[in-house]
Amino acid sequence: MWEYTDKVKEHFINPKNSGLIEDADAVGEVGSLACGDALKLYIKLDDEGKIKDARFKTFGCASAIASSSVLTEMLKGKTPEEASKITNRDIARELGGLPKEKMHCSVMGQQALDAALRNLRGEPPLVQDHEGDVVCECFGVTEDQIRGAIAGNDLTTVEDVTHFTKAGGGCTDCVPDIERILHELKESRTSRPEPVKADRPMTNIRRMQLVTKVIDEEIRPNLKKDGGDIDLVDIDGTRVMVALRGACSGCPSSQLTLKDFVEKKLRDRVDEKILVEEVNS
Amino acid sequence: MNITYLDNNATTRTDPEVVKEMQPYFGEFYGNPSSMHSFGGRVQKKIAQAREKVAAGIGCLPREIIFTSGGTEGDNSAIFSATDSQPDKKHLITTRVEHPAVLSTMKNLESGGYHVTWLGVDEKGRLDMQEYLDNLRKDTALVSVMYANNETGVIFPVREMAQAAKERGILFHTDAVQAIGKIPLDTRNLPVDYLVLSGHKIHGPKGVGAVFVRKKSPFRPYIMGGHQENGRRAGTENTTGIIGLGRAMELALADMELKNKKMSDLRDKLELGLLKAVPNAQINGETLNRLPNTLNISFSYVEGEAILLMLDEFGVCASSGSACTSGSLEPSHVLRAMGVPFTHVHGSVRFSLSRYTTSDDIDLVLEKLPGIIQKLREMSPFSEQNEPIGCKTGN
Repeated sequence: MWEYTDKVKEHFINPKNSGLIEDADAVGEVGSLACGDALKLYIKLDDEGKIKDARFKTFGCASAIASSSVLTEMLKGKTPEEASKITNRDIARELGGLPKEKMHCSVMGQQALDAALRNLRGEPPLVQDHEGDVVCECFGVTEDQIRGAIAGNDLTTVEDVTHFTKAGGGCTDCVPDIERILHELKESRTSRPEPVKADRPMTNIRRMQLVTKVIDEEIRPNLKKDGGDIDLVDIDGTRVMVALRGACSGCPSSQLTLKDFVEKKLRDRVDEKILVEEVNS
Repeated sequence: MNITYLDNNATTRTDPEVVKEMQPYFGEFYGNPSSMHSFGGRVQKKIAQAREKVAAGIGCLPREIIFTSGGTEGDNSAIFSATDSQPDKKHLITTRVEHPAVLSTMKNLESGGYHVTWLGVDEKGRLDMQEYLDNLRKDTALVSVMYANNETGVIFPVREMAQAAKERGILFHTDAVQAIGKIPLDTRNLPVDYLVLSGHKIHGPKGVGAVFVRKKSPFRPYIMGGHQENGRRAGTENTTGIIGLGRAMELALADMELKNKKMSDLRDKLELGLLKAVPNAQINGETLNRLPNTLNISFSYVEGEAILLMLDEFGVCASSGSACTSGSLEPSHVLRAMGVPFTHVHGSVRFSLSRYTTSDDIDLVLEKLPGIIQKLREMSPFSEQNEPIGCKTGN
């Protein structure tokens, strides 16, 4: 028998927000009957653009139902931007933890949320347009999904990957591919020099070097994915002045991007005291 | 909360009579049956009696019984006896629906160079006798076919199959763990070389079982060491377990027909009641040729683990063939081999009764389960009108 927390049991026996929203603003759907679990997430916004109501329809085990239920609770009152920050770890944490074999249920929650937010932005659902994308044929898991789960949860073994994504849990033919992906990500992690943080006072030169490096290697590529860009304008001690470009400039959520992503990343990687400011240049 | 135990194919309640029989041999009479003194000799005598009881239960000679640690050891030792004693024969026949104790052993031999014929089953869980006969070969070392399936309760034509093997000089093994005590079974009219049984499935203790090895059929010790069990299974005897198994066998056979009739009546009541109360439910496996205690039923568009945990809230114990309950991500290999569609495999529940099952137990399930299925279906994104496309799981 699985060791479920009381919170999981509570959300399973008395799920919150099960059902559908007839006039939903967005719907996200993942999983299938064959795979053994599936989740359809409905979202309704209020006049201010915040999530007023979230409901779910779930086919799956106790942890799948509990993950869906707790996710809908977490969504209420959040803006889509805030909601997009919710990770599978957050879902599992909110439930007081899940057995590791069941972590894929929390991943399913996050994927359904991603799908719903894409739907809300008017983007088409993610489809695997060619065979090469799918690594695990049994459960239809793509390389991107595997990479995302590894990076988001610090996974190190094939077993971990199976627990989080199901990939490799069927015929096991894709296990060598999963090993390859794990190896590649490990290589890229170790080849990236770990910035020394706060061990000794950081010189201005060193800080500037690191800020430049982190912006170039970790921040800009992410913004570019959404059609945006960033320029480093100036650095004054721990004050970092930047300008947002492309789709980011004038985006209503640019302040969020700046604080929650750029500043957080730089504090994380370089110096906890860093303050990021947007300047016109 | 009262426990309504309907998972007797997993394990059974140890009969209080069995416990009583075992009790003195934990503390008071702890002698080693191999010892020369009469204190050990007393235990030896008790083990001899247990051997006689087990032998009487399946109509064989006491010396044709070897006590083991349970079904898995019995299956392993029988299969390896057949392969080790005929090193030139490299072909094996078994079914796709065996218990893992046989399935894994066969896969292991297959990867070691053996050719294994895996017999399939039809949608009712039945074997194809002609396919079986067509696959018997000169170099077949062993046929291994379970007497009755643990998930569906479907009974296989082991007597006919064993007879065909015998006529061709091929050894035959049957895992009878689920059949013993539930249907009459006698090795005098069942021409198998090896038959395996387990204590805890017949209201005996866990960790003990027996393998019947027909006189003159080859046997190779699987566990090496001392001279116990006529040099065929080393290690100091599990005295309490063996004594308990003997008593359990005796009790299982007493009034078996009467008890089975009561069991199958209750099973049928459960089956009919659920089919009537729950739409889109189906029975998995042949219903006529089936163990009297087993009901495997599927509810479409809901998932088995969720059903079990909701039943658990009412103290009802059952099991499921869904992927989520298997510990792996694959659903039941038995139901998949039968071609049961995914819409039904994940929502399968197995109820298995025992001689302790009462009418109240069945009434409780009939009262609670339809509501549980309805609740889960209301939560499910799928329905008959909205049947989704599937992913390619299940190999």
